[in-house]
Amino acid sequence: MQISGAQMVIEALKCEGVDTVFGYPGGAIMNVYDEIYKQESFEHILTRHEQAAVHAAEGYAKSSGKVGVAMITSGPGFTNAVTGLADAYMDSIPLVVISGQVPMSLIGTDAFQEIDAVGISRSCTKHNYLVTDAADLPRVLKEAFYIAASGRPGPVHVDIPKDVTAQIEEFDYDIKLELETYKPHVKGNPRQIKKAIEAMAKAKRPLFYLGGGIINANAAYEVRDLVHRTGIPAVETFMARGVLSYDDELLIGMLGMHGSYASNMAMSETDLVIALGARFDDRVTGKLSEFAKNAGVIHVDIDPASISKLVNADYPIVGDVKNVVNEMLNLCDSIKSEKYEAWRENVNNFNELHPLTFHEDSERIKPQWVIKRVGELLGDDANITTDVGQHQMWTGQFYPFTRPRQFTSSGGLGTMGFGFPAAMGVKAASPDKTSINFTGDGSILMNVQELMTAVEKKLPVINIILNNNYLGMVRQWQTLFYDKRHAETDLSVQPDFVKLSEAFGGIGYRVHTKEEFDAALKDAVEKNIVAFIEVIVHRMENVMPMVPAGGSLFNMMLLEKKGSK
Amino acid sequence: MSENSERRVVSVIVINEASVLSRITDLFSGRGYNITSLTVAPIPDSKYSRLTIVTSGSIRVIEQITKQLHKLIPVLRVYEHSDIVEKEMALVKFPITENITDINTLCEAYNGKIVNVGDNVIIAMVADEPQRVENFLKAIKRYNPKEIVRSGAVALER
Repeated sequence: MQISGAQMVIEALKCEGVDTVFGYPGGAIMNVYDEIYKQESFEHILTRHEQAAVHAAEGYAKSSGKVGVAMITSGPGFTNAVTGLADAYMDSIPLVVISGQVPMSLIGTDAFQEIDAVGISRSCTKHNYLVTDAADLPRVLKEAFYIAASGRPGPVHVDIPKDVTAQIEEFDYDIKLELETYKPHVKGNPRQIKKAIEAMAKAKRPLFYLGGGIINANAAYEVRDLVHRTGIPAVETFMARGVLSYDDELLIGMLGMHGSYASNMAMSETDLVIALGARFDDRVTGKLSEFAKNAGVIHVDIDPASISKLVNADYPIVGDVKNVVNEMLNLCDSIKSEKYEAWRENVNNFNELHPLTFHEDSERIKPQWVIKRVGELLGDDANITTDVGQHQMWTGQFYPFTRPRQFTSSGGLGTMGFGFPAAMGVKAASPDKTSINFTGDGSILMNVQELMTAVEKKLPVINIILNNNYLGMVRQWQTLFYDKRHAETDLSVQPDFVKLSEAFGGIGYRVHTKEEFDAALKDAVEKNIVAFIEVIVHRMENVMPMVPAGGSLFNMMLLEKKGSK
Repeated sequence: MSENSERRVVSVIVINEASVLSRITDLFSGRGYNITSLTVAPIPDSKYSRLTIVTSGSIRVIEQITKQLHKLIPVLRVYEHSDIVEKEMALVKFPITENITDINTLCEAYNGKIVNVGDNVIIAMVADEPQRVENFLKAIKRYNPKEIVRSGAVALER
């Protein structure tokens, strides 16, 4: 059929089964919005800032496992969205982000709201396109969805000049993609997998190092199977929370800068690291030369460039982690769980020696308590997002995650302001679950305008603001490493968060005691509208334990024993 | 480039499409890799272009460069060469007052000749291994070259 470029966008989204688009209109994308007005195949959610549209699409993608879609205009619309693109790129989240561009005839003339969008997005997307002919649009959009979701997932940006959205061309989406230069390697090399299994059977102290790639690959339940059948203990990265259930006996905990003592010690003592969909990030490894120093490394990843990038892999396996783990399950009978009895006990002793915990305070609520408490009250019924900072690490440490895709957070880029819009996307994808966003008094203000979106679109996100009147994580570093010079981190001057939420039509609670918190959470869940629950927490609480940046995992700063202050 | 940085030649076959070159150069600058020289031209009778990139780095860095290049969507193939024939061309402009016979003899020793004689200047050309081109450029210093242009290396696996 002969239709306009703008209609092609709508038709392509329909063919891809898109049911939700997050976006913000503007001059260069108006032709497309005119078609959005006329269509009924998807819901458009108008965010109040383009950055939030992309974060919401990320939350949607993470929760649903589908490709998230965001739509924005040229110039400032696009530049506002760049943080979202970069965030999705770092955390391998599949997105298609469509932006308007000035008409072809004006490109390069410094026209109104013109910016070289593909030039900017090149370094923070998996791929991008500037569409110069509407005849290319069906193929480009189809490629965009395919590239975003396949291989190591990531954001794909499609920039469409205004005249191209008006151009009428033939639309046929039933085309076969021929991407001869892009063929993700899905199946792992059988010989390498066999060798890896042999190494696992031979090892005395093997350790699974589980990463977020497992969740992207929908392989969590296969991995659970493999862990249980081999009896090999496991540590999770922050991004992998929920791969194993929190109460799994073989889960030691989260590793890394704010990982548990036991996890980091296990990583330091292991003789074989089995990395599945993890990328040896600096926040995980600490000092590289001391990381798992005496261990061999099996590394399964779909991205060849992630293998031996930072830590040399003795058994590199390029492939989809689900595929590889299934192959491993076929071979793993040679691995005898009893063999690791002593090792498991050893690891449990680490946990008993320095368990992950915190000290209660009689005067003020401790932030960790809040997270644990939400876990007790809502547990599996809640989907969790976070912003970035101390509250984020405490969530990784203390929330009892039970399933993959329960948790969405900005891991790689560390984007403050991510949590609230992402939680809206999560809620749009999973309306049956309560959507909780743990945030701080710093982060929440970075996309606070989304109160309006959430109220309008009835996306009842419960934002739990752990208010310590500080930019807490930076304050913690200043306390520990900058001789307590708290430069520009004191957030004593603050809005009235209760009134702020109410001003947009949400509900607000200010909470000082545990009883008040329980009541507020219960009320917010029942009322089912957008909520701010501001919890006044202990101001100087630090995230512990901690591996100082560049330090070795086995050299942690630990929680001071109670009463030793 | 702390650990044993060495010179390497990498060839990249890419789809000949808009902005493909900036994808490659952005990758090098974004990840902090070196480009010593870069040449690019379409491959005859195909939709591809071939880039020859001279770079340097440790084995690990070179391995990352080839893997990261391969991750780019329009990249068909990446070759990290060891056994290659490598050539580079240089053009040099001399004042007409210099000894043309001497210059011509030197050029011939480096696979070259004088390619243009004008009223005020002569232009000489050489084409040889990059290291030999380097040597040539040292040797002709005393003839007061006014301008030198090097093409960057092209290479083929043996």
